[in-house]
Amino acid sequence: MEVFQLFISAIFVNNIVLAKYLGMCPYLGCYKERGVALGMGGAVVFFTIMATLCTWYIQKFLLTPFGLDYLQTIAFILVIASLVQFVEMFLKKMVPPLYAALGIFLPLITTNCAVMGVAILVQREAYDLKTSLLYAVAASAGFLLALILMAGLRERLDVCRVPKAMMGTPIALITAGLMSLAFMAFKGMIP
Amino acid sequence: MVTVSVLTLLGLGFTAATLLALASRVFHVKEDPRVEAVMDALPGANCGGCGYAGCEGYAIAVVNDPAVAASLCVAGSSEVSIAVGELTDKTVAAAEPQLSFRRCDKLAGKVGMRYEYHGMPSCAAATLLMGGVDICSWSCLGFGDCIQVCPFDAMTLKNGLVYVNPSKCTGCGACIKACPRNSLELIPVRARVTISCATKDKLRAVMDVCEAGCINCGKCSKSCPAKAISSVNNRIEIDHKKCLSYGSSCEELCVKNCSRHILRTNCPPPTSSQSIETPPAQASTDNSIQANP
Repeated sequence: MEVFQLFISAIFVNNIVLAKYLGMCPYLGCYKERGVALGMGGAVVFFTIMATLCTWYIQKFLLTPFGLDYLQTIAFILVIASLVQFVEMFLKKMVPPLYAALGIFLPLITTNCAVMGVAILVQREAYDLKTSLLYAVAASAGFLLALILMAGLRERLDVCRVPKAMMGTPIALITAGLMSLAFMAFKGMIP
Repeated sequence: MVTVSVLTLLGLGFTAATLLALASRVFHVKEDPRVEAVMDALPGANCGGCGYAGCEGYAIAVVNDPAVAASLCVAGSSEVSIAVGELTDKTVAAAEPQLSFRRCDKLAGKVGMRYEYHGMPSCAAATLLMGGVDICSWSCLGFGDCIQVCPFDAMTLKNGLVYVNPSKCTGCGACIKACPRNSLELIPVRARVTISCATKDKLRAVMDVCEAGCINCGKCSKSCPAKAISSVNNRIEIDHKKCLSYGSSCEELCVKNCSRHILRTNCPPPTSSQSIETPPAQASTDNSIQANP
């Protein structure tokens, strides 16, 4: 039951994009097609889990024992960036089809704050490893959901008559705001 | 405190760097350096005129596959083909430079409207509604789908018709794929005679909708001594190879015999700024962009 509550909370109530406002760049950026959004979302899910795992161990065995908690942000940036680079090289050699599918998103993920945000949120909530990984899955699934919904909406917007001054980013920001409002309706679900 | 944090980060960074350096060795993927060289030689417009998905796709294919010709890049001039040929050890046959040509002159033909259109401003959308806004089913609708896809900024819109700028058009054919009406076609830059109508209708059906439409009378194909004009799928087409190889001794009989003024002599291809200063009388029948829009 607790796991279920964690999932509902991370996907709908405290959606990482729509409630915590992390990962705005890919959310608003260039994802106008659902296929591309799915690819990017999938890559984020994969890397959030990997990054959470690595940073959890870094925190547990390096930062906390030596009292270096204040280095958390910069240490996590370092770890996540190297991790993405490493996995990129690994995929290129070992799994070329997966590299061809995710390749263009990998450099974007290096600086994705949703991945970083999950790693830090997990530490703030002081989750154990299992809960951390579950939270990472749920939060990145929420990211994926927001990305796909946004891409679907923007596909529809493409065939609408949008006032000239509103075309592009302005209407995307308005859409994002309305989506956030809609997701606020979930707030009452979890006490 | 400073020492500890600096040392920790230094250690962390050093470990990551070592890992990445090792990984780049272990997971090194050999890439053909020629692919990059070919990519540099190509224009990089990713127009798809070669038939591959972008310049990178073509570069990989031309390097790895001996059957792929080096002259497929239509956007680059013959210099690009020669450079690619040198890089890949392939012989290059000189390609005839082409450009896009609009087979419609609905302004001269005074083509009327079927209905007032307030939908999405795109030719593809407008064509879906009763076969387009114009009474003629073969006309250039003038919403500019081709302008949007042109990677070389060679097309402009004026008075509801699309104009091709011959000095910018590379003949990549992206606009021809985008046009839902088949009103655009590729012709050789040297072409002597052009056809300014794309209709597949005949006689009365054409006369009723357009004053400058082809009624398929067949006078041109009968008069052509080179037998270069024929009706393909109910539409007159010029075989430009036959036409050019016959030379000018035919005195352009097809142009003289065309009662509807659809076949026109092509003005010489633009070589300098001189071509832009076409006299207005000629420019109105010309497919190219006018001097001062």
